[in-house]
This record gives sequence, C-alpha cells and structure tokens, in this order.
Amino acid sequence: MDTGLLVIQTLNGLQLGVLLFLLAAGLTLVFGIMDFVNLAHGSIYMLGAFIAASLTRLSDSFVLGVVLALPVVAIVGLVLERVVIRPLYARDHLDHVLATFGLLLAIDTLAHMIWGPEGISVLLPEWLRGQVEVLPGVIFPTYRLVIISSGLIIAVLLYWLVNHTRLGMLIRAGASNRTMVSALGINIDLLFTGVFAIGAVLAGLAGMLIAPITEAAIGMGNDIIITAFVVIIVGGIGSMKGAFIAAMLIGLIDTLGRSYLDGILKAFMPLTAAETAAPALSAMLIYILMAAILALRPQGLFPPRTR
Amino acid sequence: MSPAPATSTFSRLRAAGPGNLGGVVVLALLLVLPLAAWWTGQKFYLDFATRITILAIVATSLNFILGYGGLISFGHAAFVGIGAYCVGIPAYYDLASGFVHIPLAIAASALFALVTGAISLRTRGVYFIMITMAFAQMAYYLFLSLDEYGGNDGLTIYSRSVLPPFNLEQRPQLFLLAYVSLVVVLALKHRFVNSRFGMVLRGARANETRMIAIGFNTYAYRLAAYVIAGAIAGYGGALLGNFTNFITPDMMSWTRSGDLMFMVILGGAGSLFGPVMGAVAILLLEEYLARLTVYWQLPFGLLLIATVLYQRGGLNGLIERLGGRK
Repeated sequence: MDTGLLVIQTLNGLQLGVLLFLLAAGLTLVFGIMDFVNLAHGSIYMLGAFIAASLTRLSDSFVLGVVLALPVVAIVGLVLERVVIRPLYARDHLDHVLATFGLLLAIDTLAHMIWGPEGISVLLPEWLRGQVEVLPGVIFPTYRLVIISSGLIIAVLLYWLVNHTRLGMLIRAGASNRTMVSALGINIDLLFTGVFAIGAVLAGLAGMLIAPITEAAIGMGNDIIITAFVVIIVGGIGSMKGAFIAAMLIGLIDTLGRSYLDGILKAFMPLTAAETAAPALSAMLIYILMAAILALRPQGLFPPRTR
Repeated sequence: MSPAPATSTFSRLRAAGPGNLGGVVVLALLLVLPLAAWWTGQKFYLDFATRITILAIVATSLNFILGYGGLISFGHAAFVGIGAYCVGIPAYYDLASGFVHIPLAIAASALFALVTGAISLRTRGVYFIMITMAFAQMAYYLFLSLDEYGGNDGLTIYSRSVLPPFNLEQRPQLFLLAYVSLVVVLALKHRFVNSRFGMVLRGARANETRMIAIGFNTYAYRLAAYVIAGAIAGYGGALLGNFTNFITPDMMSWTRSGDLMFMVILGGAGSLFGPVMGAVAILLLEEYLARLTVYWQLPFGLLLIATVLYQRGGLNGLIERLGGRK
C-alpha cells in the first residue's frame, strides 16, 4: 500500500471530520439541551460561506472576511432563535422537523435572491495557497492543514468552555435538568438563545472554512447536515466528546472508504462485481454504521451521563 | 368512529364530518376538471392532475403510518424511488409487462419496508426519524452508484408498462388508472383504520404501554402497517415512473421525503382525505408560485412554518372548524 497516499487520505478524512465536528457541536448542544431538531442548521453553514465570500470580496482579505462574518452569523442565529425557533420548543419532533425544513427552503431561496444562482468562489491569500511537505515526498495543501488545526483548536476551546466555565456548567446543567436550572434562578431563555447562537457561529465557521475549497453554493448545507446528524447520533445526542470522536470517525470512514474499499473488495470478489459494489457501499458506509449503532446501542457511543 | 347508520351516502358523509365532505368535493373535482380540460384540448391540466393523483396516493400511504400510527418516517421517498426503478429497470431490458412491473414494485418496496422497518421500529422518537432517513439515504446512494441504470443522470423509460385493459400511452387512461387506484387506496385506508388492526395502531400511538399491558404486540402491528404503507408508496412510485418516463435517484432524496410529510401535515395528519387535499394544495401552489417567480420556495417555506406554528389539523381541520365542528 502506498503510504504517502494513505497519509494524504487520512488528512483529508480529518479535514472532513473537523468540519463535521463544527456542525455537529452546535447541533448536539441544541439537541441535547433544548431537545430541538434543527434541519436548518445546514442553511446557517451555507449562509456562513456566502457572507464570508461577500465580505472577503469587500475587504480584499479572506481572514478579515471570516472575522467580520462571524458576528453577522451570530446575529442571524439570534434572530432565527427569537423569531422561529423559540415558539417550537414546546412542540414535538415532527413539528421541529417540518418547521425547520420550511426554514431551510426559505433560507436557501433567500440566499438565491441575494447572491444569485451561481456559486461564489473565495480567493485565498497568497500565504495560504501553497503546499507543505508533511512527510518526505508527501505534499499536502497548506490551507487544508489550517482547516484541521483551527478545528482542533476550536474543539479544545469548546472543551474548556463546556467543562471549565460557568457558562459551560449551566449548559451541562441545562442538558441534565432544564426545570431545575430555571428553578435555581437561571434565565433559561437567555441560555437557550446563547447556546443556539454559539451553534450558529460554529456552523457558519465550518461553511466559511470550506468555501475557498468548494466555493459558496446554494444548497451546500443540505447534504452535510444529514451527515452531521449521523455524527451526533453515532456519538450520542448531547455529548460534545461523542460528537468529536464520531465526527473524526465518520470523516475517516467516509474518506478512506471511498479510496480503499475498491481494493479491499477486489481481494475477495470478482473484479467487475467489486467495481460496481465499491462506490455504492462506500457511499452507504456511514449510514450502515449509524443504522447498526441505532439497532444495537440506540443511545450512541458516548451518551451524556445524565439525561 | 364509524358513523351511525344512514340512508344516503350524502347523509353518511355529513355524519362523518365536514372534513370528509370537503374531501369528497376535492376528489370529485380532481376527476371532473382534468377530464373536462382534456376534452377542450387543455392537455396540460390532465398531466398535472395525474401527478397530483399519484402523489396523493403516496401521501395517503404516509398518512397511514404518520397520522394514525404516529410513526414519523422521514424516508418515505425511498419507497417511491424503488417502485419507479421497478418499472425502469425491467423496461431497460425490454420487459414491458405491467403485470411484472407492478407486482415487482409492490414486492420490492414491501421487502425494503420489512427489512428497514424491522430495525427502525426498535427505536423511538427522534431516533426513528433519523434511522428511517438513513435507510432512505442508503437507497439513494445505491441507485446513485448504479451506472448501468443511469446513476446520477437518471434513467429514461422509453415505453410505459403494458397493462391491459389500460393503455398507459393514452394519457386519460393513465390518469384514470391513477384515479381508480387513489379511490381504492382511500377505501382500503378507511377500512383499515376502523378495523381492529387500525384500532390497535391508533391505540399504540395514544398509549403504547397500555396496549402492551392488555396483550398486544405493538411492534408487530406497527411493522405490518409500515410494510403496507411502503408497498402502497412503491405502487405509487411505479405509477410515477410510468407518468414521468424519466427517473433519477433524486426521487429518493431526503428533501422529497420532507415534501411528502409537508403534504400530509398541510392536509391534516390522521384524517381520511387530508393527504389528498394536501397534495392538491401543495402542487397547485407550487405550480402557481413557480409561474410567478423563480423564488417560489420562499413563500412555500414560510407557509410550511406557518402551518406548523398556527394551523393544527391542516386543511382538513380548517374545514372542520369552518363547518362548525371541533
């Protein structure tokens, strides 16, 4: 096996994993604390990409574009929570799914109205466009390494926020027992709004980070949001640690499956059968994993200790 | 639930509530208007009505598990796609008989429902939503990767199913087949829902613990309902494949499943004619808005949010209230 290729594909898998984690972190917080299913989370990812793309063009700097886009996405999250999401907390999951599906259609179309049907490419600054030799003879784009490291830094920050700050304590308490937290005099509405905005910023950031690679496009969030749901279910709903491990796992399985399943199947199947089965199976791999986990261990791999 | 004995059909319907009366009116218009339009040379409306009718069949099958069973299946589009490919793939091999296509579509989607339902129904709540969606995604990616049958580009069906006495190449006959199927499916649903089987299903939705305590195997009942709904949706898919003559894996994408749920909820989940009204309303609105603006999904999405927030019971519930019943 070609070690260089394996290293590159592993890094690609980690990059996907990091993006999934940024999406899943918000999703699992909102789900864990407010018991709210948000299909429109992927639309915030898309909005992040578009807003950063526009601001990058205005400011002529990708870094500045991202820094300016983050508060804008936070405001979008705040407004959404106040106007659409809040009345839904008391409803059942069916209503959550339907209303946020409607929200997704509306946001996608709004983006279409504002930015047009074409995708918008995002230009990276010179110093991010190069490549790095990660191992002797193995080169990897600098920017993708930046994505991986910023994702890991944010994971550490989130870990610190959730486990070592007062806000994090409230978040964990809210996830275990909402009623008790509000009975102790905590403004639970404000906490919910804050958590939703944090989730929106993380999702928006994921969209901003991927935009220079894929470009900002209408509907870009609609596939990855489903994968992010797979992540939080595999990891255990409400668990930040679970979301991180599952995101990395699924990023790696998906990427490595697509590149190596072909070869593995050829080892014990006729050539043509393997060539037909491999792409189908590799695309289905993460869903098979999720179905297996739901059937055998429905609470996920790392469920939060108290629910 | 069953209405008091009554002499005429009309009074029986009145006894069953204004929602059902409204449903019968919608159903009658769905038959008369397109045929009249066809007669006067407006062929487009017949095709439009055929699409509405087929999707009404699918929405009705979803309502069976969603509305009455309380099972929030987020992967119903997969059955439609499987049914459609059961027409497309045999047709690709020049096997044109509808007596092969349709039993195959029903059997394949029922089998898919049996296998995925047996696993999915072990879970509850949001996990059920997500696992049904995961299985639909598997089907989606499976057909996406079948390059032999078009993959992402889709598969053209060059000749419709040969299904004597119907000649499906004749558009009014395809419409009539779909319409008759819809009426049969509605009648079957009505009988099912008011049978012992339907009572157990609804009982399990209201209070599962109690149903188990009085000795019902709710899992088996739910699985049976899931398989029936899947089979009917697969049949709808076979009709849809015949109607569009072109099928793609996109028919199975999760947003299509969302559209189907929207039809059921807008029309009124757990009512006999609700999904028919929902299919009519949504497709009419979609057609109308799409002519006005390319941004038609914006009002569409807002309508969905408003329906969830403010209109419990959907159109059926609205008619019931206007008709003076709670």
